[in-house]
Amino acid sequence: MWKLLKIELFKIFKRPRTYIAFGAIAAIVFLIQVALRFDGKAYIDLLLNNLKDSFELSDEFKMRILNGYLICFLILNTLLIQMPLLVALISGDAIAGEANMGTLRLSMTKPVSRTQYMLIKFTASVVYTLALLLWMAALALFGSMLIFGTNDMVVLRSGGIEEMKSFDVLWRYFAAFGYAAVALTTVSALAFLLSVFAENSIGPIIATMSIVIVFTILSEMNIPIYDQTIKPYLFTTHMVAWKGFFYVKADAEGTTINGSIENLPAVMRSMGILVLYTIGFLSTAIWVFRRKDILS
Amino acid sequence: MVHGFFFITGKRLFNSIFVMALSLFLSRAGAGQTPTADSLISRVKAKLDKVNDYEAKGKMRTNVIFIKAPIANVKVFYKKPNKLRINNEGGISFIPKGSVNINLGNIFINTKGFDIIDLGKENGTNLRIIKLLPKDENADMVLSTLYIDETQALIKKARTTTKENGTYELEMTYGKYVDFGLADKVIFSFNTRDYKLPKGITFDYDDGSKKAEIPDTLKNRKGKVEISYSGYTINKGVPDSVFQ
Repeated sequence: MWKLLKIELFKIFKRPRTYIAFGAIAAIVFLIQVALRFDGKAYIDLLLNNLKDSFELSDEFKMRILNGYLICFLILNTLLIQMPLLVALISGDAIAGEANMGTLRLSMTKPVSRTQYMLIKFTASVVYTLALLLWMAALALFGSMLIFGTNDMVVLRSGGIEEMKSFDVLWRYFAAFGYAAVALTTVSALAFLLSVFAENSIGPIIATMSIVIVFTILSEMNIPIYDQTIKPYLFTTHMVAWKGFFYVKADAEGTTINGSIENLPAVMRSMGILVLYTIGFLSTAIWVFRRKDILS
Repeated sequence: MVHGFFFITGKRLFNSIFVMALSLFLSRAGAGQTPTADSLISRVKAKLDKVNDYEAKGKMRTNVIFIKAPIANVKVFYKKPNKLRINNEGGISFIPKGSVNINLGNIFINTKGFDIIDLGKENGTNLRIIKLLPKDENADMVLSTLYIDETQALIKKARTTTKENGTYELEMTYGKYVDFGLADKVIFSFNTRDYKLPKGITFDYDDGSKKAEIPDTLKNRKGKVEISYSGYTINKGVPDSVFQ
């Protein structure tokens, strides 16, 4: 198994297009950092606009808010919507790419069961996903900390502001990245499942992206009938639960409780749902592949 | 002759009674004398005038309905006549507008003076209630109501309405620095507006829990900032650069 996994990883990381995703992430992170470095105050102005009558919002104050922790949060907010595309580039190609090249039938002649083959292919995709996430974490978090420095973190929600001490932030990011790994693995599993049905990797990649985009829009829509019926069952609703690690509890007087998470059970439930989705997608992919008549 | 004797004796008796009654009245009036509002304000102002500048360390607690914030370690700098700055030394704090007014001397900054209205004593607390109406029509302060401890000449509570920053309230608790009229603890209450951002910008995580709807009356309620001072450094000089 280990040898097969190494072969699969070798195949993934040998292809130049694998590194397009790493390059794209580096470019996006860098561009966001540059943009916020030069125009971050305007962005903070926009977010704090309706507080300007009640609070002193000096330039120095805005620059303090605009520290590495907030920048990383903004980058994750942007990138975790785009990252599924980059993840799908490899996962969507896992089976369909082999079929396209005509090597799938040849692979099946080896003394490896189809289930094993699928599990190894999926594991290799997950390793790629994790590598991409680590790359993004290093650039977005540590890069931003280096460029913008650190301070207390302010998270701006639609109905309120969460503030936490700087010493209480880093562990939240590690937890959030862990969660993002689970979320992206779900997307990877979806692309992997779609890959089983196709003979060309473009189809599963575009289909995965389309599903993620449509579901994300549905998840963000505020229509009462959706909130209780469709929304809780969309995996995209739960993909943003990493933010739950940055929502803190407060005492009766509104003072942040260090080290607290506002609704940890909900975050864990969301993670459970994503794990179930992943298992569901993967199981279905294996089930379909085991019955598939491989002709290419 | 007899008539004359009684006349003289009666006159002396009347004089004696008058002098005694007058002495008694004056002595009683001196013992329970209520200071005039003007003199009380002068005593309060004189106490506050002892302070030219100060640097104070303290802990600040922010209590605003839409903000969750940790307790902050702050430094408060003041310099006459009306410079005040609150610095969060190691973090971020939302400082309400009008916080310059946590320095009580600010109430008396009005070159053209005030009309003073004495409302007597507050039931229960026995604090003297005095309203100040600035004579200067261009002054930012519109009205200030002071609740003063007469015996110590200390402002315990103040409610001030301004043109620029709405109405704010101050509550002071005094301790070590009572001689300078500087409080150990100040609660600054101010008006806030509701905070709202479109969900399309924030992409909030909806954890599915039912959030209690905040009634409109609470949305625009007062916010509070509470500063508990641990110590003051008084009249040792504060550079102007601190306030820039």
